[in-house]
Amino acid sequence: MTTNNEQTRSDIEKLLPWHAAGTLSRRDSQRVDEALARDPELARRYALVREELGETILLNESLGAPSGRAMERLFAKIDAEPARKAAPSIDLGTRIAEFFASLTPRTLALSATAAAVAILLQAALIAGIVIKDHGTGSGYETASAPTTDPGVGAFTMIRFAPQASSDDINRFLEANKLQIASGPAPGGLYKVRVSMTGLPKADLARIVKKLQEDKVVGFIATTE
Amino acid sequence: MQTTSDEVLIARIAGGDRLAMQVLFARHQVRVYRFVLRLVRNEATAEDLISEVFLDVWRQAGKFEGRSAVSTWMLGIARFKALSVLRKRPEEELDEEAAEQIEDQTDDPEVALAKKDKAAVLRQALSKLSAEHREIVDLVYYHEKSVEEVAGIVGIPEATVKTRMFYARKKLSEFLKEQGIDRGWP
Repeated sequence: MTTNNEQTRSDIEKLLPWHAAGTLSRRDSQRVDEALARDPELARRYALVREELGETILLNESLGAPSGRAMERLFAKIDAEPARKAAPSIDLGTRIAEFFASLTPRTLALSATAAAVAILLQAALIAGIVIKDHGTGSGYETASAPTTDPGVGAFTMIRFAPQASSDDINRFLEANKLQIASGPAPGGLYKVRVSMTGLPKADLARIVKKLQEDKVVGFIATTE
Repeated sequence: MQTTSDEVLIARIAGGDRLAMQVLFARHQVRVYRFVLRLVRNEATAEDLISEVFLDVWRQAGKFEGRSAVSTWMLGIARFKALSVLRKRPEEELDEEAAEQIEDQTDDPEVALAKKDKAAVLRQALSKLSAEHREIVDLVYYHEKSVEEVAGIVGIPEATVKTRMFYARKKLSEFLKEQGIDRGWP
């Protein structure tokens, strides 16, 4: 391999963490994809990056959340602050921001409702997938609350790739006979059942390895 | 979509809207808390810090220019606050932290068990990274920040961001090797 090629590999290798996280520009992402396709060693190193990504997410997710005291303290401090006036608008950006800022709480609430409806629609879509998988047709079932014991079986944590459409996800779940057990958790993670019974670690790892090759999957890891 | 909503909230906060502040806090508090906690390694301190971070957001909302995502701006504030605390931390406390990192290398039963689980060892290694390396790994992998955004938060050139991430990963491999896991890289 020439020095130029080594330099290119080194440059591309430094981009791998961002490629795995899906935060590269389209152009850089394409460069990395092409390099991965022609360089097996780089592809092997990319697999290491994906492992790091997965474990970093799991580590952070295990850190818990702040207690309600943090919010109480914040608003006690805010209440102690002097009352403020809105800044005068000076440019288009500010005027647009102020236009939105001028919306009434009711309008904001309506926006929130619209967002909630969108989330419900998404949940309904996933629920539809789960119900179709069961094929029982009896009763209502949500994606996050399947009729079977949610604690039974073998599971993975999946974050779907940002560019994956609902059709892609639907196809992926159906093709691999997967069920959403719960989610999304912070970080967009879904707990997905891969088997109705528990599996040995090696078998689960094999399944995870196979699933992570699908472009729909942004991140995947085994879980209890 | 989320970015636009955050910007709208900031505009409302600049006008003194407490409800918008509550929404922004509810949306981002967990991630900001985890980012700070990974740096200061103390839950009570991290919790104190997030109320300080969001108080700064309340005070500075009118100055937010939208040059970066709101979450990036907040992580920058959070980092500054966390580093201020770390700088004030007594020497002996920092020594204790360093000692905790070193003693993890002993082969007690817990570590021996962990050795069987590569993922657990990797997570352990992620905890043993220096604060500088922990923050960059978290920003890239967990907070999904681009090279440019990390450069903005940490205050270093983009080329340094890539190099620092590379060395953080290299350090991870070294920790893993100490635990008997050779990844064949670097």
